[in-house]
Amino acid sequence: MRYHTPSTFEDAARLAAEASGITRFLAGGTDVLVQMRAGAVIPDDLIDLKKIPGVSEIAQTEEGGWRIGIAVPGARLGAHAGLCADWPGVVEGMELVGSTQVQGRATLTGNLCNGSPAADSVPGLVAAGATVEISGPSGLRSAPVEDIPAGPGKTTLQPGEVISAILLPPRGTAGGDAYQRFIPRTEMDIAVVGCAISLTLDGNSIASARVALGAVAPTVLLVPEAAAAITGTTLDDDALAALTTAVEAACTPISDKRGTAEFRTEVAGVLARRVAKIAYARAKGAEA
Amino acid sequence: MSKIHVTTTVNGDQVEFLADPRESLLDCLRDRLGLTGSKEGCGTGDCGACSVRLDGTLVCSCLVLGVEAEGKTVETIEGMANGNELHPLQRKFVEHAALQCGFCTPGILVAAKALLEQNDNPTETEIRYWLAGNLCRCTGYDKIVRAVMDAAAELRGEAA
Repeated sequence: MRYHTPSTFEDAARLAAEASGITRFLAGGTDVLVQMRAGAVIPDDLIDLKKIPGVSEIAQTEEGGWRIGIAVPGARLGAHAGLCADWPGVVEGMELVGSTQVQGRATLTGNLCNGSPAADSVPGLVAAGATVEISGPSGLRSAPVEDIPAGPGKTTLQPGEVISAILLPPRGTAGGDAYQRFIPRTEMDIAVVGCAISLTLDGNSIASARVALGAVAPTVLLVPEAAAAITGTTLDDDALAALTTAVEAACTPISDKRGTAEFRTEVAGVLARRVAKIAYARAKGAEA
Repeated sequence: MSKIHVTTTVNGDQVEFLADPRESLLDCLRDRLGLTGSKEGCGTGDCGACSVRLDGTLVCSCLVLGVEAEGKTVETIEGMANGNELHPLQRKFVEHAALQCGFCTPGILVAAKALLEQNDNPTETEIRYWLAGNLCRCTGYDKIVRAVMDAAAELRGEAA
């Protein structure tokens, strides 16, 4: 295995494009090193991105959004007051990933690129309307986060492409987001179902919403029908019932040891109602 | 497979070693530097027995490559006591019998020290969540939590 420490994303992309064998990018390493250890993936080229300037920074963009470096670990997100104030749902999703030790290393970008349908940080990013900046052989492009997962363990990134930043849009006024997951214990488990919702208010009425689901399909899902079910409402009982119906209709889960398809579908509706109420309260100014 | 020369600081001392790029920091600490206090339980970041600080951040050293330690500072259990004088956490673990086989203890002590440095008065719940990534199959955890709370009280200057 060749270990590379490029100092720019252009070099990282070139190394990956020129590599002929198995290539992995290394940021937090909490998935890659486990796969190496298990013998599941033995890279020929391992490209450590942490020597690239800026990868460990969280910066406000000119528009008022946030640019999160690809090597920023979960613990740093949770310690960032400005980011927590704007996007508590994004932060609380990432903070559910693993232990204190894992939080010291694991990153949003790694959680996304690992391609798990149950990734706890991804629904929050999708609901927030986050995008990724991608460096590749033909330069930079950007893509919505929901376009990256292609199926369990797979992404739509092409050979030689590497995510170089995650971008969150400006929160604006009267907005709120939240993420919850179901697990059969209180900590340290993989989501049976996850749900994130981000919404904005115009007075008491929901002006816009995005609803994302985890672990109920081969990829994290953005569910426009569920957003439509609550947009224009005050999140009354009828709206919550319509939200439940739309969320359940979007679910195509598998049955496995963590839950049956029927259970996952029902819990998705329950979580959507809870998460919508939290996001609504946060948009009204409730503390995260 | 060519080895990579790594220079890093471990418990305040500058050290050098040659690492295969696939080797974990845990393996480098144990096999290259002879620091066998950090243990390998699972090798996959689940059990916390290999916990160390990397530039001050609590991590599983099994999920860090040895070559990633280049230019960084590493703190292990070997740096916790001051000569023959145990750290208050270590002493309280002995007093409370917060260990039986002792395999998880170095990792738990390193993790607990990291907690107390950022929160000198943690609640029982905060301690249990912070240590959720440190598995112990002997104690049932209660004695560990009490030892950490007692050590915190002593470090705050309160009579136990």
